[in-house]
Amino acid sequence: MSHFDLTLELNGKKVTRKIPLRSRLLDALRYDFGLTGTKEGCGEGECGACTVLLSGRPVNSCLVLARQAEGCKVETVESTSTETLRRLNATGTSQCGACTPGIVMTARWLCDNPQTLDLMSLREFMSGNLCRCTGYDGVLSGIECLLDQEEGES
Amino acid sequence: MSLDRVDGLDKLSGKSAFVDDLTVPGCLFGGTIRSPVARGRIRKIHFSTAVDWSDFVIVDHRDIPGSNEVALIESDQPALASTNVRHLHEPVLLLAHSKLHRLREGLRSIRVEIEAAPPLFDVEAQPTKEMLQHGSDNVFKRIDIRKGDPASVFAKASRVIEGTYRTGSQEHVYLETQGMIAHQEGETLVVRGSMQCPYYILDALTIAFDRPKERFRVIQCPLGGGFGGKEEYPSVVAIHAALLAEKAGRPVKIIYDRQEDMAVTTKRHPSRVRHRTAVDDDGIILAMEIDILFDGGAYVTLSPVVLSRGTLHATGPYRCDHVHVHGEAKLTNSPPYGAFRGFGAPQTLFAIERHMDVIARDLGLDPGELRRRNLLCQGDTLATGQKVQDGVDLTALLARGEELAGVSLATQEYAAFNRSHPYLRRGVGRATFYHGAGFTGSGETHLASEVWVEGLADGRVRLLTAQTDMGQGTMTILAQIAGETLSVDPRSIEVVTPDTSLVPNSGPTVASRTAMVVGKLIEDGCRELQRILDSGSGPPSGKDFQNALELHHRENPGDLLRVSRSYQTPPGQNWDEVSYQGDAYACYSWAAHLAHVEVDLRTFQVRVTDYVALQEVGRVLNEVLARGQIQGGVAQGLGWTLLEEVILENGAMKNHQMMNYIIPGSGDLSPIRVFFEEIPSPSGPGGAKGIGELPLDGPAPAIINAVCHALSASIREIPLTPEVLMEFLGGKE
Repeated sequence: MSHFDLTLELNGKKVTRKIPLRSRLLDALRYDFGLTGTKEGCGEGECGACTVLLSGRPVNSCLVLARQAEGCKVETVESTSTETLRRLNATGTSQCGACTPGIVMTARWLCDNPQTLDLMSLREFMSGNLCRCTGYDGVLSGIECLLDQEEGES
Repeated sequence: MSLDRVDGLDKLSGKSAFVDDLTVPGCLFGGTIRSPVARGRIRKIHFSTAVDWSDFVIVDHRDIPGSNEVALIESDQPALASTNVRHLHEPVLLLAHSKLHRLREGLRSIRVEIEAAPPLFDVEAQPTKEMLQHGSDNVFKRIDIRKGDPASVFAKASRVIEGTYRTGSQEHVYLETQGMIAHQEGETLVVRGSMQCPYYILDALTIAFDRPKERFRVIQCPLGGGFGGKEEYPSVVAIHAALLAEKAGRPVKIIYDRQEDMAVTTKRHPSRVRHRTAVDDDGIILAMEIDILFDGGAYVTLSPVVLSRGTLHATGPYRCDHVHVHGEAKLTNSPPYGAFRGFGAPQTLFAIERHMDVIARDLGLDPGELRRRNLLCQGDTLATGQKVQDGVDLTALLARGEELAGVSLATQEYAAFNRSHPYLRRGVGRATFYHGAGFTGSGETHLASEVWVEGLADGRVRLLTAQTDMGQGTMTILAQIAGETLSVDPRSIEVVTPDTSLVPNSGPTVASRTAMVVGKLIEDGCRELQRILDSGSGPPSGKDFQNALELHHRENPGDLLRVSRSYQTPPGQNWDEVSYQGDAYACYSWAAHLAHVEVDLRTFQVRVTDYVALQEVGRVLNEVLARGQIQGGVAQGLGWTLLEEVILENGAMKNHQMMNYIIPGSGDLSPIRVFFEEIPSPSGPGGAKGIGELPLDGPAPAIINAVCHALSASIREIPLTPEVLMEFLGGKE
């Protein structure tokens, strides 16, 4: 199987690895760059568990070919601040933790782009990240805490 | 108090390493070749000549050193099919290769040739002789519960109301799929992975390999959800990984992808429940006859105990002196149905709670009023003769639920709204129910769960149990129970991750038993530790406890200060497995759930606009975790009711991907409002009772009762997808 050199600006650091040509971004992150925080839920872009920020936008990394990310800025759950994690933990955002990294990344994007909520509710916005444990109320109140915090700071 | 989830930060940051996140040097990837038909005799296995098979590890039934079975209640399910197959996707052969793409090529290049036999898919059909595959009648288990003399009451009854209710299957959709890694460590086979019950796997390996327990070590990885789906099925994956690893002499990792996981693993038992109820003109229930049928799938697995819990919850929380409950779990050629949160109770509670509304309608009574006239009071007896003594006032519970949900005002408003609106219909529905906590009958006595509490030299305490944290919060709750008992910071308590070489067998993590049964043993163990450290001035706690612990170790260097606690049957608790009489559960949790719905007659979509979940679960140990259990359970129950349709083809799930098996997203739900009544129970630590499964019981009847209220209809089957509702209303609107 042929390989190529993939260079990413991964969580703020420029990194290069030789990876199989047909890899998905998800595989490259997990198996080649060793960042297993990003989880695979469904492999077909339905559940959002593998959400990462690619050039600042949330994507399902199972639907992105690694090659498409060449030279791009990629942010994964590993780069989340401890304060953000602590706030989310207090409301019960995470139970089993399998969908959680994707939810954290979507939430981080929303905190950077809160004006999105002028167009839709938080509940609608989060509907691309499926969770089987929480019933979402704990997730939504965690994100509300983050948004309140951002607002307080700005 | 609400201790923040102790493993929460690791989960939020992605640091928690699930089994697929582990890198094992030299590890091969394993996969499974499965039966392409639902029933038949294996003729030949064809290996494509286009593939070089020399570097593959190949395992079939002849490589099983011990008994070819996945040991559980009976030993009928083979680990790998040898001559016959009984369901589509039944495992026949295992492959492993160091390269994942080569493994996939191998899996595509093997064909199992089978002489097909006629499969049985309709559990309600009387099986013909050629369809018999288990005993003389395909019945896995038959249960009867009898109280009083229902036949003579029915003979005299002026009013008998009948109804038949059906529920579909349900896929767990834990977000982390099934997976195991096996490797050899000297003489020991080590298996680690995603599992609820490490000791079930240990037992299954012991039998499949015919070796003593000491030759295996089973380790739980962080678990990305279970819901019952990782109770018995992981034994299959564990045996497969272990067989491959032993033959390869190298570590082997088997990870199911989503489509394989949904197609082949266990699901909730489909059910059909028939009710015949004799009532008087005031709506008082005089006699009940309940006939339950569960589709068990192709092998016995856990169906007998799922049926058992189903029959024990079939009468609902109502007073009745004359009862006959008959239950059967029968074979079909579907992949075996298995444990799923609620374990048979959601099916039978849907039937009785829907039936109560049917009775109310027949009598022209308000469904809340009908329930009030029949709800159990303290001292009343259940169908098994067990006396209700949890201290809960169910009439008051229902009244509070109705008030919280604004039922009386909504009922008036909805009547006017439904008369005037061109295409929206609104309704409100309720369900009152209970869920027995812990194993059924004498199950806990047989399990004889054991826990260890260790006092360490640095003043900390270590808890050793086999209880797994699948997201429900075991590690947090056990630490909190020990911390509260000893008055020390719960974050200083070490909860050991289950590893059968380190922890005692405290039983499986199922049946809403962890916080209550195992938590109680932890509480007892901590008290015993305090007694041991008592130097005459009373059992030490807080800083005194830590000082006493450190002093003990200074005076007894190297001492293993370990307290062992085992389950003791509470005095006075009796159960007869044959007659199904006695105390079926140590205690029950109780609930009233209420749903408001809006039905759109243009799209046939049902939207739950408000949901009130009120329950009495003894003392609430951790509010955030408890609320999360209720909300998550309600969401899962809502999915089973309105969205999740397991479509079968050749007996197995056809829509086995998340694209076309729809679980609820945040946009499908409204806030789930959770309320607790707290009556401390003697059964659990600090007065706590079981909580995990209870919330799955309420949504189906509450929501469908609300839909029936909105439409003045009588729907008796779930899932109620828009397509089903459209058909149901065909020509009516």
